[in-house]
Amino acid sequence: MSSEQEDLKETDTEERFAFKKEESSAFKTEKGLTEETIRLISEDKDEPEWMLERRLRALRQFKEMPMPTDWPGQPDLSEVDLDEIVPYIRPDIDTRGGVDEWDDLPEDIQDTFDKLGIPEAEKKALSGVGAQYESEIVYQNMQERWEEKGVVFCDMDRAVQEHEEIVREYFMTKCVPPSDNKFAALHGAIWSGGSFVYVPEDTTVDMPVQAYFRMNSEGMGQFEHTLIIAEPGSEVHYIEGCSAPQYAAFNLHSGGVEVFVKEDAHVQYSTVQNWSKNTYNLNTKRAIAENGATMEWVSGSMGSKATMLYPSTILKGRGATDNHITIAFAGEGQDIDTGAKVYHNAPNTKSTIESKSIAKDGGRTNYRGLVHIADGAENSSTSVECDALMFDNDSTSDTMPYMEIQESKVDVAHEATVGKIGDEDVFYLQSRGLDDDDAKKMIVAGFIEPITEELPIEYAVELNRLIELEMEGSLG
Amino acid sequence: MARLEIRNLHAEVADDEEETILEGVDLAVESDEIHALMGPNGSGKSTLAKVVAGHPAYRVTEGEVTLHLDGDEFDEPIPEDKRTWDLLDLEPNERAALGIYLGFQYPAEIEGVTMVNFLRTALNAKFEEREELFEDEEDEEEAEEAGYDTSPMEGPADEGEVGVAQFQEILRGKMELLDIDDRFADRYLNAGFSGGEKKQNEVLQAAVLEPEIAILDEIDSGLDIDRLRDVSTGINALRDEEGSGVLMITHYQRILDYVEPDRVHVMLDGQVVMEGGPDLAEKLEDKGYDWVREETYGTA
Ligand SMILES: Nc1ncnc2c1ncn2[C@@H]1O[C@H](COP(=O)(O)OP(=O)(O)O)[C@@H](O)[C@H]1O
Ligand SMILES: [Mg+2]
Repeated sequence: MSSEQEDLKETDTEERFAFKKEESSAFKTEKGLTEETIRLISEDKDEPEWMLERRLRALRQFKEMPMPTDWPGQPDLSEVDLDEIVPYIRPDIDTRGGVDEWDDLPEDIQDTFDKLGIPEAEKKALSGVGAQYESEIVYQNMQERWEEKGVVFCDMDRAVQEHEEIVREYFMTKCVPPSDNKFAALHGAIWSGGSFVYVPEDTTVDMPVQAYFRMNSEGMGQFEHTLIIAEPGSEVHYIEGCSAPQYAAFNLHSGGVEVFVKEDAHVQYSTVQNWSKNTYNLNTKRAIAENGATMEWVSGSMGSKATMLYPSTILKGRGATDNHITIAFAGEGQDIDTGAKVYHNAPNTKSTIESKSIAKDGGRTNYRGLVHIADGAENSSTSVECDALMFDNDSTSDTMPYMEIQESKVDVAHEATVGKIGDEDVFYLQSRGLDDDDAKKMIVAGFIEPITEELPIEYAVELNRLIELEMEGSLG
Repeated sequence: MARLEIRNLHAEVADDEEETILEGVDLAVESDEIHALMGPNGSGKSTLAKVVAGHPAYRVTEGEVTLHLDGDEFDEPIPEDKRTWDLLDLEPNERAALGIYLGFQYPAEIEGVTMVNFLRTALNAKFEEREELFEDEEDEEEAEEAGYDTSPMEGPADEGEVGVAQFQEILRGKMELLDIDDRFADRYLNAGFSGGEKKQNEVLQAAVLEPEIAILDEIDSGLDIDRLRDVSTGINALRDEEGSGVLMITHYQRILDYVEPDRVHVMLDGQVVMEGGPDLAEKLEDKGYDWVREETYGTA
């Protein structure tokens, strides 16, 4: 390990992940969701008429749809009182759509990001930083050579202004329409901030694009939207990381992610999320993969009171590929319901899903997955593997891997394991000199190793530290 | 010179008081000695090994397990009042820090943890724990009163850590000694290892951790002749180079052709019922455990 990595490891993680700042916001929307609120948001952003129309239509759909309550074993959402959310907060800055220079950021925001390690991360050859502070992107930095190649990486609000035609074509139209589910509709009405990534044909973005965001306001919602368009033959790795401070009040995060992977393009989308323990994390993430395209989802779901997150890929083109790697951690009072969905809608498509979950102190994890292979999607193959590790008898792990196979010429493999952390394994490590806590940490680190080895080193370290922190709570 | 002494040890299964396994075991092993512990299946050999190492599945109801140190075992001289340890009062990792090593009959498989990472972590944990065990309480108290944790002369806690590069060197040396393939270091701990590789790995770990007393449980079962030789080389080196004491649990005479024991103990029904020199092992090979039973209980 290089000394840089050692430094990163040594950072006081407690401090990095559990802090909050005094709010200094210029603008807060009224509580509760009315058409007037939506107009206000749109007006404040100076949005074109079509976007306002989309928001209003989404609001109507949201109001018509009931809360989802009919899934077997789904997390309890009865505490989600949408009228209590202040849905839109922007940092107290003059510039709309963010600033270009780090030094232009207000000091307290700089401080926040210092703790998240952003400037260091950037020095470590990350090619751009899109950081969302509260609801709005305030800091954007893109390297010149990307611009030369025609790569666009900017905040979503700015994209609406500056890349209007592209956004108009792709934004919540073909991939995640608001009608998809109640929270997608809510998102469509009040979305704010997020990232826009456009990679032109045959272009490779050779360093990961990164975005950090966090919630920092009681009772606020986080509704960022990410839109990634990878033109034919292009390649990009997008990383989203966030760590939320701990609050007593109620929070909702309902982000939206849409990814278009064109012919022979390759997109990897990696997330490490650590929402505060009162947050309801209800996201809709979906990708459409064309002929020969590859979509990869790597997600680490930490924190939150309840999470419902099932990144989906529609394998629309012949020979398209999907890889899912997910990890979930549930401690006391947490219900982490995550998984993956893949639709094989064309021949010769391939998917692999690998899921790992850890439950302790009465927490619950559930793998909920769907693989659908359509009639005619011949010579397709899928492999699903989900492993759950429980720390004690109070914790629960379920697996619900649904398969809908309508084609006969396919190859389907499925494996699921649910187990308690082994006393013999712990004793083995103890007999070599590790104490009880370190032995368990080592076993957990090994359990999630297939995931962490996929992540860039900074994220692997962050994920490991987060999990160690979570475990210290109960083991200490 | 370290000495492990087991006296009148009784133990039962922790969650089943009816199940008594050890019924008064007496046995002692010293540095620079190799002892063989033999006995039929189910006589309690593995249980004895695990109780000495501190396995939570067993409860000791009577007896003692003590480790006596001479004072020159570790880098720093050991003060006189810290040379005798009642192992039954200590956590398994504390026992490991004092130099107890258990080579398992059935080693655990830990996915995702590389050998090199695991062993370096274990070695450093051992050093750190040892430091804590030998820390002077009075100094500690004084320091606390004065408002700092440890002596101000001490550097940061991890200064003594074995670094990655240094550890690679150590590991490579030990692997050469045992004729172990280089790729071993980057494999996950015992995951997918053959039975023989696992046994070899138990000896490798002992070689790296340099215990005072190593208990090796059926280290010879499932080994082909080449590996049996490598493993034997490792065990002899433990004694000859590290000065470890070795208690080798085995069923067979076979390994004793390569590793000559100084003493042989025979266990039956939870007790050590016979003791002798290397010739006792040969006698057992000839006459079998029925002979031991007859000698112990009279003619059946
Ligand atoms: N954890 C346990 N629970 C119940 N019975 C046990 C347990 N461990 C050992 N035993 C029993 O104790 C006896 C001795 O076992 P063991 O020590 O493994 O013998 P050996 O190693 O000499 O073959 C056996 O009858 C075994 O079934
Ligand atoms: Mg045994």
